Amino acid sequence: MFDLIADILSALGKNKLRTFLTGFSMAWGIFILMVLLGSGNGLRNAILQNYSDVSANTMDMWVGRTTMPYNGLASGRKIVVEKKDLDYMRKEFPQISAISPTRNVWGTTETYGAEYITGGGLYGVTPDYFKINVFNLIEGRNINDLDQQEMRKVVVMHKRNVTNLFKGKDPIGEYIVVNNVPYKVIGVYNNQDRESTPADLVPLSTVEKIYPSRDGYGNITLKLEGIKNKEQSDAFEEKFRSSLASRFGYHPQDRSAIWMWNATSSYFESLNIINGITIFLWLIGIGTLIAGVVGISNIMLVTVKERTKEFGIRKALGARPRNVIALILTESLLITASFGYAGMLLGLGLLNLLQKAFPGPDPNAEGFTPSVFSNPSIDLGIAFSAMAILIVASLFAAYMPARRAVAVKPIEALHYE
Amino acid sequence: MIKLENINKTYTGGTSLHVLKGLNLHIKEGEFVSIMGASGSGKSTLLNILGILDNYDTGSYRLNGVLIKDLDEKTAAEYRNKMIGFVFQSFNLISFKNAMENVALPLYYQGVSRKERNARALDYLDKMGMKDWATHLPSEMSGGQKQRVAIARALVTKPKVVLADEPTGALDSKTSLEVMNILKQINRETGVTIIMVTHSPEMAELTDKIINIKDGVIGSVVETGNRE
Repeated sequence: MFDLIADILSALGKNKLRTFLTGFSMAWGIFILMVLLGSGNGLRNAILQNYSDVSANTMDMWVGRTTMPYNGLASGRKIVVEKKDLDYMRKEFPQISAISPTRNVWGTTETYGAEYITGGGLYGVTPDYFKINVFNLIEGRNINDLDQQEMRKVVVMHKRNVTNLFKGKDPIGEYIVVNNVPYKVIGVYNNQDRESTPADLVPLSTVEKIYPSRDGYGNITLKLEGIKNKEQSDAFEEKFRSSLASRFGYHPQDRSAIWMWNATSSYFESLNIINGITIFLWLIGIGTLIAGVVGISNIMLVTVKERTKEFGIRKALGARPRNVIALILTESLLITASFGYAGMLLGLGLLNLLQKAFPGPDPNAEGFTPSVFSNPSIDLGIAFSAMAILIVASLFAAYMPARRAVAVKPIEALHYE
Repeated sequence: MIKLENINKTYTGGTSLHVLKGLNLHIKEGEFVSIMGASGSGKSTLLNILGILDNYDTGSYRLNGVLIKDLDEKTAAEYRNKMIGFVFQSFNLISFKNAMENVALPLYYQGVSRKERNARALDYLDKMGMKDWATHLPSEMSGGQKQRVAIARALVTKPKVVLADEPTGALDSKTSLEVMNILKQINRETGVTIIMVTHSPEMAELTDKIINIKDGVIGSVVETGNRE
């Protein structure tokens, strides 16, 4: 085996340009495939991240006023959604696995000692809120069922507010005063938020007790289960809308009475786009691979033809057919494997650089930055299978001319110029 | 050593060409013979058949008592490797291998270890006076030197027969004489049978026996009297 490789290396050394060209088509094919698939993953990761602060299977509802007269009622009527309506939704639509109603208190002033912040507002939430939203608690605990039942005056604060109020002091167990009511700090969260003063979370029951109102809930988020594609999602939304329209007595086409945003549908839509892009990139990648294989076969064909005389000499000196075939195949294998490996390393290297440039989300980052490209990477298994396919294909491509080289009679080969 | 009986060979390609027409030939062990004949007389075809590089249609060819007929490529390659050494007009050295590697190549196909075959190759290069050129590529050598390397390669497997196809055809007259002397010396010292095809009457005169081929059969056999 060592002799065979030494034999091949001397032949390759003699034909550096040809060796390089053969190898280059291999390395290039692999390189392009790596970069394309890695970039595809980068796009996918970026789009999925943009959904990261919302569970993909949610539907958001904002309760507002009617904008169309309907059934003898004028437009501008306030819709009021209360607890009994939530029970109705849950009963009518088994797809709803959790409901998180919220009520917001605006225009708050939060103080701690001499420090104060304004404008953040309080979100009254139930424990379901934490099941539905992707919630990044970094200290303490969430609001639980007991807080809700006993209307406790507890608050989960955003990290930015904590920094501004407590100036580095541990906030857990401390009391802040919001609009003259003291709240005990039980947790700190750090979701991506564009606001300079984000909202702090308190139990919904506490908000209802302190700020009684007949307006009902402001915002309701549903968690949906068992919805597998855009069609099912759209069907659910359609049925849900008409059901609510008839319950609250507004025009079915009135989108503002209860404004809805179905994250599930747009999630599946984006997913379809990403899948389309991924398939497209794969097609290009496979096309590049095929071009590489064709290039290698072509060069092997020329190589064998050029070396017909040499093979004739070898055969005259006692080379058996399998010696000649082994020589050609091993040469092809050596070139494709080594250059393919080089191409793979280069591709992975470039992806690594891209990963540094687009590292993906930083959990401690301030503010939310939507990304279009994030953490491009490739499964090493795919990289190696692509290489294996290319090697097998080029071996096959080399085998054809090898068979032909063997079939040439030594006497014809010797006279070949 | 070599016994051809009623050999017929027809080339079929477009118009069929009957080249060898029932040729009979007997060459004894240790002979140094030359084959002469006009172009198209069939002498090259004969040499190719002798060298198991080409097949024949009918008749029989025995080499060292072994019937050589309708062999598959694998067996033919083995017989060539073990029993026959080739010397060609255009040397046919492999251009990217140095002299020693070229000489060692037939031994490689016998499965001889690298160390052993290089040692034997050097030994034969030394006999040809080419030891100092062992690491040189063919492109760095003169025609005479290339042919010496080729002869070393033909002999390194200790074949029964050396077939030389116009070995002096590409050489000047002085070098040609040197090569002929080397062949003759080898023949005398090792007793290997040498069969040489040539156009040149002067070179043929230096062998022991001249076989003239005419129209696909043996025309005449002339003893030159070189061997007592």
